[in-house]
Amino acid sequence: MKTTPDNSGDVRLSGISKTYGSFTAVHPLDLTVPEGSFFALLGASGCGKTTTLRMIAGLEEPTTGTVRLGEQDVTHLPPYKRPVNTVFQSYALFPHLDIFENVAFGLRRRGIKSVKKQVEDMLELVQLGEQARKKPHQLSGGQQQRVAVARALINHPKVLLLDEPLGALDLKLRRQMQLELKRIQTEVGITFVHVTHDQEEAMTMADTVAVMNGGRVEQLGSPADLYENPRSTFVANFLGTSNLIEAEVDTKNGDDIVLKAGGGKLVLPEARCSAPTTAGGKVLVGIRPEKISLTHADDAGEIPDGRNRLTGTIADASFIGVSTQYVIDSPVCDELAVYVQNVERDGRLVPGADVVLHWSPAHTFGLDAAQSLLAGTVGSAGTEEEAAA
Amino acid sequence: MSTLTEAPPPLAPAAPEKKPPRRRGRFTPYWLLLPGILWLIVFFALPMLYQASTSVQQGSLEDGYKVTWHFATYWDALSAYWPQFLRSVFYAAAATVLCLLLGYPLAYLIAFRAGRWKNLIMILVIAPFFTSFLIRTLAWKTILADNGVVVHTLNSLHVLDLTNWLGWTAGDRVLATPLAVVCGLTYNFLPFMILPLYTSLERIDGRLHEAAGDLYAKPWTTFRKVTFPLSMPGVVSGTLLTFIPAAGDYVNAELLGSTDTRMIGNVIQTQFLRILDYPTAAALSFILMAAILAMVTFYIRRSGTEDLV
Amino acid sequence: MPFVTWLKRHLVVIAGLLTLAYLLLPNVIVTVFSFNKPKGRFNYEWQRFSTHAWKDPCGVADMCGSLSISLQIAVWATVGATILGTMISFALVRYRFRARGAVNSLIFLPMAMPEVVMAASLLTLFLNMGAQLGFFTILIAHIMFCLSFVVTAVKARVMSMDPRLEEAARDLYAGPVQTFLRVTLPIAAPGIAAGALLSFALSFDDFIITNFNAGSTVTFPMFVWGSAQRGTPVQINVIGTAMFLIAVLFVLTSMVVGNRRNKQKA
Repeated sequence: MKTTPDNSGDVRLSGISKTYGSFTAVHPLDLTVPEGSFFALLGASGCGKTTTLRMIAGLEEPTTGTVRLGEQDVTHLPPYKRPVNTVFQSYALFPHLDIFENVAFGLRRRGIKSVKKQVEDMLELVQLGEQARKKPHQLSGGQQQRVAVARALINHPKVLLLDEPLGALDLKLRRQMQLELKRIQTEVGITFVHVTHDQEEAMTMADTVAVMNGGRVEQLGSPADLYENPRSTFVANFLGTSNLIEAEVDTKNGDDIVLKAGGGKLVLPEARCSAPTTAGGKVLVGIRPEKISLTHADDAGEIPDGRNRLTGTIADASFIGVSTQYVIDSPVCDELAVYVQNVERDGRLVPGADVVLHWSPAHTFGLDAAQSLLAGTVGSAGTEEEAAA
Repeated sequence: MSTLTEAPPPLAPAAPEKKPPRRRGRFTPYWLLLPGILWLIVFFALPMLYQASTSVQQGSLEDGYKVTWHFATYWDALSAYWPQFLRSVFYAAAATVLCLLLGYPLAYLIAFRAGRWKNLIMILVIAPFFTSFLIRTLAWKTILADNGVVVHTLNSLHVLDLTNWLGWTAGDRVLATPLAVVCGLTYNFLPFMILPLYTSLERIDGRLHEAAGDLYAKPWTTFRKVTFPLSMPGVVSGTLLTFIPAAGDYVNAELLGSTDTRMIGNVIQTQFLRILDYPTAAALSFILMAAILAMVTFYIRRSGTEDLV
Repeated sequence: MPFVTWLKRHLVVIAGLLTLAYLLLPNVIVTVFSFNKPKGRFNYEWQRFSTHAWKDPCGVADMCGSLSISLQIAVWATVGATILGTMISFALVRYRFRARGAVNSLIFLPMAMPEVVMAASLLTLFLNMGAQLGFFTILIAHIMFCLSFVVTAVKARVMSMDPRLEEAARDLYAGPVQTFLRVTLPIAAPGIAAGALLSFALSFDDFIITNFNAGSTVTFPMFVWGSAQRGTPVQINVIGTAMFLIAVLFVLTSMVVGNRRNKQKA
């Protein structure tokens, strides 16, 4: 079933944008999704990810720019002439047709007469061989989801578009279907473009993730790259949790930048800083909570040299099994989050205790201080709806 | 407006309902039902029985009527008035088909294409209801007048030659012909087709159209394979809501037709109110009722809408 | 061929608008001819412009009397059918009882019955009972055929209503009466209003059933029917036009008020 890599499954968006009246849903953007990859568009609702997907599908005509599949320009082709299929949000299965006919729909429209074998094979692939003659409403959410995938995949599209395909499922089923979709993608080798607001989902499934915000792509890269080296506060906060500390550039020391924060100094590799660093300028220093180690103030002497340090007081500690999550008040920043693995628990680390936070400079990242510290956090504009949903 | 459009197509066959939860107060539902149901029993069901009994009575106005189980009345009524029966079915069927052909595009327009004009068009569909339908039907006399624009145009386009040949019109006239009656019936019952069609089209998830397009269905195929099948409940209740009253109507035949276009409703009305031959009138009315109930039942079974609801 | 493409894309819109024109044409004629000054007794041919009918809408013998009778019957029929129908709807949706199937059929059948059949059978009943035909027999008949439509409208609304809302009300210390008045009734109100509006329209405009059971009482549709034989005064066009305008105004106002209320809420 694997298609030969001739790049005809590349999706190339160039200068594509969409405006509705005075509202710009998608600012002009360029994006290439390489053939055979699992690509995720990640963002809060209203960020333009679904509009982008619908422009690829042909359900929305772009205001400017072109959509190409491989070398073919499909910008003005109606959806029924595009070799692209979509798994719709909440599936859009035809309620008047049974599962077999739903899956056979695309084949029949293209005038293929003997569909039986193909449909049965496809239903086997998604493990629904037994359900062929049932109507969609007789299936569970997870089964409907697999029918939707089968209905799209049977047409051997060059690209499969998935619009929040797992949004309607409960958490456990969602995890299971993530693995299932990943398996299917590896098996058929078709390019998948997946739209989601769930960062964990994007990271577990996709090879490449594009984080979108306000109609623009904030950052594009592999999940690990995005997580370890975010280039904006939005990405830093939207993907997992980040501690952001305001600091001032002091000096440069080889490949490192030395920063002043409160009374202390922090070291940041220049390569991991996305902001301009002129002496005296402000920079946001970022560090992920699980990269920080906690040491009781009495043992501060035992901390090796060369690590970034901050002092603080434990404000709150919650035990959640594999780890303990601390909230630390520090002179440079209130409410720093620190996650400590429960390997050897130090009984002195209780609320009120004075502690030293320290981490390897290699894990530090630097961001432009001219952005909102809270962008991309739950409760900030744009993510509210998702939180409510 | 929302209040009127929210009313569902009233003719949907009684769908299986979810069992309501058991409540305290064992007799409450009966008290709630009692007055209304009693009303329907006394003034709807009981009259049907009276009518059944009248149809097998014999006698005269002066001497009174007695039940004599005289079933021959039915036979006599049928053999005397079968042309009017056939004509009623034929006119009503023609009007129903026309209503469907005319009403579907408008319902589709309101449901999917009207945008911000949706409410306005909806008002324009419903508002004519508030002008008495008799006045509006009389307006057709003006529209279809012998020396009017419509007849002139049809004449010069030789459409009338065709309809004359088909027997729908006679000479240079449209008024007092079957065409005028069917035209009036279509006009009068069109809203009863449009509203249920609109209700069921409106319920269709827009993503299904997109999904069909995504799966290589051209717009017309999308309509044939997805939109139309999904609007079947509306088509069924719309056709019933049009056909039933049209088959029993006598107003259009009287106002726009002639003695050659008399429908069964005209006969029943005349027998009851002018000739005062109650047994024959009751028998005719009973036959009409039975025929329509049989057709409706058959139709609902055939169209298999229970499955769709 | 851009024109052909355009035509193809908008075919359904064009067809729909043509149907709309077909629906509205008679109303246009009725309105235009309310300004006519006809020669002879019938108002079917345009002669010349005049506003005499608008200045003197009740200038025809018996017409405004019949209008008043029609309005009275419509109001009482609406009240009666709405109360009885709402009670039935609540029983159907909110309670379990025996003979549910029979009750459902009894409500469905009047809507599936040609009017002339109901009219004739009801007349048979009244004749057999020796009832005096007139205002009250018309009212009885109207309540009967409006009832089913009210039940359908209200039932749809009550069915879509979450029963947990009533449970929540009871949980928050509302007794049965309070729950009904403060939660159930306000939520069911749009359905009840739809049923009432439908009843009013059906009753006011009914001709066939009324014609059979009216005796010597003349309602407005019966007056129009009679005038189709004797001669149509321009005044019936005035009434028809006025009713149309009032309906449109009424709907538009309620929409504007509804919009404003929604905006305030948001």
